[in-house]
Amino acid sequence: MTPHEVWWVSLVKALLIVNLLMGAFAYTTWLERKLLGRMQLRYGPNRAGPFGLLQPIADLVKLVRKEAFFPQSAHELPYIAAPVVSCFTALAAFSVIPWGGGWTIGGFYVRGAVVDVPISLILIFALGSIGVYGFIVGGWASDSKYSLLGSMRTCAQLVSYEVSLALSVLGVVLMGRSLDLVDIVDRQQATVWFFLPQFVGLCVFLLGGIAETSRPPFDLPEADTELVAGYHTEYSGMRWGLFQTAEYVNMIVLSGLCVTLFFDGWHFPWVHSLDRLGPLWFVLKLGALVSGFIWLRASQPRLRYDQLMRFGWKVLLPVATLNALVTALLVVWV
Amino acid sequence: MVPSTFKGFGVTLKQVFKRPITQQYPEYKRPVYPRFRGRHRLWRHENGLEKCVGCSLCAAACPADCIRVVAAENTPGHRVSAGERYARIYEINMSRCIFCGYCELACPFDAITLGNDYEISEYNRDDLIYTKDMLLTEPVKKVPVADPDLYDTPVPFYRTSS
Repeated sequence: MTPHEVWWVSLVKALLIVNLLMGAFAYTTWLERKLLGRMQLRYGPNRAGPFGLLQPIADLVKLVRKEAFFPQSAHELPYIAAPVVSCFTALAAFSVIPWGGGWTIGGFYVRGAVVDVPISLILIFALGSIGVYGFIVGGWASDSKYSLLGSMRTCAQLVSYEVSLALSVLGVVLMGRSLDLVDIVDRQQATVWFFLPQFVGLCVFLLGGIAETSRPPFDLPEADTELVAGYHTEYSGMRWGLFQTAEYVNMIVLSGLCVTLFFDGWHFPWVHSLDRLGPLWFVLKLGALVSGFIWLRASQPRLRYDQLMRFGWKVLLPVATLNALVTALLVVWV
Repeated sequence: MVPSTFKGFGVTLKQVFKRPITQQYPEYKRPVYPRFRGRHRLWRHENGLEKCVGCSLCAAACPADCIRVVAAENTPGHRVSAGERYARIYEINMSRCIFCGYCELACPFDAITLGNDYEISEYNRDDLIYTKDMLLTEPVKKVPVADPDLYDTPVPFYRTSS
């Protein structure tokens, strides 16, 4: 039984994590631009501060000061609420992801996650599904045909890939015998990192996850180089910035979830005495995954819409279902 | 055999370890080609007289109509150019100029040439109208010029001599 955590410790921790997450988002954009640049024989941002490290701050100042354009015929409340909802759910989803084993500092117990929910995995998926509403409602409320078409694309893609994503996790849940992310990590510690037995699940999870967070090559909701920006066509300034925040934070949350489910969360391989530095290993694994996402963006061309749908329903979903079935049979009989 | 889908990853990864080819412009000014057509220049003879005689052929040749020449007679007391007349006003509107070099071709005395300087942007449009005094002096900002021997195209005589 884990010791009890005082309420204000949780509060301070939540504040810290939200701010760290925003910082991580800002520097993910920096890392992405830098890495993409190097992969295309460019430098990337290098003017604002050393190595362009102040670029995200400059971008933020620019976005906040920019006029937040409001279409005359837009539906006011949903138009304003949509980016807020998307950003909120993305940030909230990170609260259940464990990034440490828990410490006792000055007599106070500090848990390695913001909240400990017994069904944390379901909570993440539920919050993700609510986040989709932000994208759909935002496109609809803008009262523009491009936004509406964009949100239709988003809707179709996210709903299609959510099924495969949830099914791909089922194998891990069966092997971890819990919906609690901490329990799943402990189970991996006791047996083996789940990316080995659940390799198919990992592949489906990553592919579905890339589509869920609408990262290239599955970035049809935006498709910034060929289609009008999609559901956020009519957004500008920091409202657009919130949608962008939601997208990047979703990517971070998904990478965090992947680390937790398949790569043993905050643990260092083999050497258990290093587990006290949990957040460091967690961030390193997270960074490696995020860099992988960026590498993928630099390497692969965008899918056509029918290819996307065919891949989602005819390849990913059957594979995910089969993986879950086989895992279930093996767990029961072996 | 690696499927072509995965070959792309190798290609992008390889670039990370190469040196970027970006030229950091304000710090590094790339040398221009010797025949590069940039900011104009009006020339004087060695004895100090202006080569321009105010014939307006450059203005006639200019497709962008950006040259304005008003000529006046040389007098024994006030001799500006080597010819009968001189350019009392010689203005080039740099915001209209397309740097085609026709003025240079039209000039019978090689009085006007196009230099190598391209850093000629201004904050104010009025500052882009270059007067005769500005055109007769050396440009304020100079850009490096590549070694003419590197190229096999002949550089015009007036470029090498003046």
